[in-house]
Amino acid sequence: MNDLKNSQLWQLILANARELLREPAVLFWGIGFPILMSLGLGVAFTKKKDVTVMVAVIGRNHLVHTLADSVSVIQSFLQNNRAVLKVGKDGSLSRELTVPDEKLGGTNYIFRDLSWKTAMVMLKRGNLNLVMDEAQGLIQYHFDPMNPDAQLTYLKFSKLMQDPELIIRPSETEIQPLDVTGSRYIDFLVPGLICMGVMMSCMWGVSYEIIEKRSKKLLRRMIATPMKRSNFLVALITVRIAMNFVESGLLFLFAWLVFHITIQGSVPALILFFISGNIAFAGIAVFLSCNTAKTEIGNGLINLVSMPMMVLSGIFFSYHNFPGWSIPAIQKFPLTMMADGVRSIFIEGAGFGEIMLPAVIMLATGVVFFTAGLKLFKWH
Amino acid sequence: MKQEAVIQVKNVHKSFKSVHAVKGINLEILPSQFLALLGPNGAGKTTLVEMIEGIQKPDSGEILITGKPWKGNEKEFRRIIGLSLQETRFIDKLRVFETLRLFASFFSLGAERCEEVMSLVGLEEKRQAYVVNLSGGQRQKLALGVALLNKPKILLLDEPTTGLDPQARREVWMILKKLKDASFTSLILTTHYMEEAEQLCDYIVIMDHGTILKEGTLHDLLGKSSADIEEKEEYRGPPRNLDEVFIELTGRHLNE
Repeated sequence: MNDLKNSQLWQLILANARELLREPAVLFWGIGFPILMSLGLGVAFTKKKDVTVMVAVIGRNHLVHTLADSVSVIQSFLQNNRAVLKVGKDGSLSRELTVPDEKLGGTNYIFRDLSWKTAMVMLKRGNLNLVMDEAQGLIQYHFDPMNPDAQLTYLKFSKLMQDPELIIRPSETEIQPLDVTGSRYIDFLVPGLICMGVMMSCMWGVSYEIIEKRSKKLLRRMIATPMKRSNFLVALITVRIAMNFVESGLLFLFAWLVFHITIQGSVPALILFFISGNIAFAGIAVFLSCNTAKTEIGNGLINLVSMPMMVLSGIFFSYHNFPGWSIPAIQKFPLTMMADGVRSIFIEGAGFGEIMLPAVIMLATGVVFFTAGLKLFKWH
Repeated sequence: MKQEAVIQVKNVHKSFKSVHAVKGINLEILPSQFLALLGPNGAGKTTLVEMIEGIQKPDSGEILITGKPWKGNEKEFRRIIGLSLQETRFIDKLRVFETLRLFASFFSLGAERCEEVMSLVGLEEKRQAYVVNLSGGQRQKLALGVALLNKPKILLLDEPTTGLDPQARREVWMILKKLKDASFTSLILTTHYMEEAEQLCDYIVIMDHGTILKEGTLHDLLGKSSADIEEKEEYRGPPRNLDEVFIELTGRHLNE
């Protein structure tokens, strides 16, 4: 027992663990933040609630009819369907029209009479995404066709214009919402968050730690002793992987309690896959930090590697939305590979057979980067 | 019988890009000798010590530790050398005892030795304090404690009292004096404080611009210096301390 206590690997592991656990910010960003993010996004995307959309109506007097005006199509639609006229604090007029929908969630339209210039400013600010204009009895819709929200507002409202009875009559289309476990957005999100957590934890917890210790000349002080150099890195990575198990476990526990998420595939396969993902990112982290003593450069390198993966690897939304030519490349990113594998175990019921190849690739990635990093490693 | 030197520096040169930091230095340190490398910033003291530590390699020349070169003997040397670097920061969130325990483990030493060292450097009361909460003097004592864990045969201290207040400096000196009395360790200490060199060391090497300007015991330096300059027209009597020796050698103060 005394031999273990006096062994340098054990003392290095203890030192790293103490350093980690005594830093409240680490606990917040490692455990609290992912849980808050899953809660926020989970609630936002699982409970369908009414949405409010603002629509700009260009030109004067579409909302209020005066004797001098001829009645416009928009005006008659709003008046016939009892859109409520409201006066804002600044004296501006708007009409509100609520279209209830029990299955998909209702839509509350707010129509505002605006000049073209004001409407464009509000569109740029994201306050509205649909602008309507009327010329000779024909309605023109202006919106960004690349914006799915704008497209949806257009489709819903133009349909309403054609069939105003939809406001009071439920849609005849038979919609059966899919909310079985595994098919919800939260089921897609949580495995992604776990994988992103592993990547970020390794990048900051291994890469940044090494660079910071080098900049403080602590690495140099350590290697001036008989410390085995590999022990230093093994201890750092061991503590980080253990911490990743705790962080991911707590996130899963939270998601299980709140959103009833389950693991449909093999748990041992998940553990193996999780370890290989950790090794891949730890290896990359050692490689990234092998040469610099400047934390500013470290920051840049970590962001350079992690940001593209965070955006492209399909953590929050499927990467299949990206152009087809880019998908084979995206699928080769370690984060994509890990997220795809973990998701397949969580929601598709995958086992060892399905994840073995990506697990081996990730393991090899980690070993290759770790070895290259060690070769180039500067201790001072 | 002449004692065998524990450190031999033979015609060592070292350059960094266009800066010739060390220019052909020769030096010998005997067992239990306390040697001060005295010189202003940029004199080449740290580079010389780093080469003795084995962290830097000389461009030319040779450094022998107990008669052997660094190459092939690194493991053995790491066990007998203790050192304190300029501006080393330990892990902020470790306690004093935990820091000593960590470094002790590198030498396969246990808690008992850590207790001894804490007592030697006077940090018993700070045993549970986090490193981040220590004062400058306490941190320096910790660095010294870490350097002494392995009961080093050779101790290299790079400006161990720079930035400390007079009280803290004196406390560090007391620890080093105890070490000197034990007559087990050879010390190389770099400093730009004359008083430190005068109080602690029995051999002083004055360096500037990568070369040794003068070396010897304090007595030698003061005596020799006065003899050297007696012939000069503006002779104003023998120098009274090392600062005056330095001014006579370089025309400026050591701290400039």
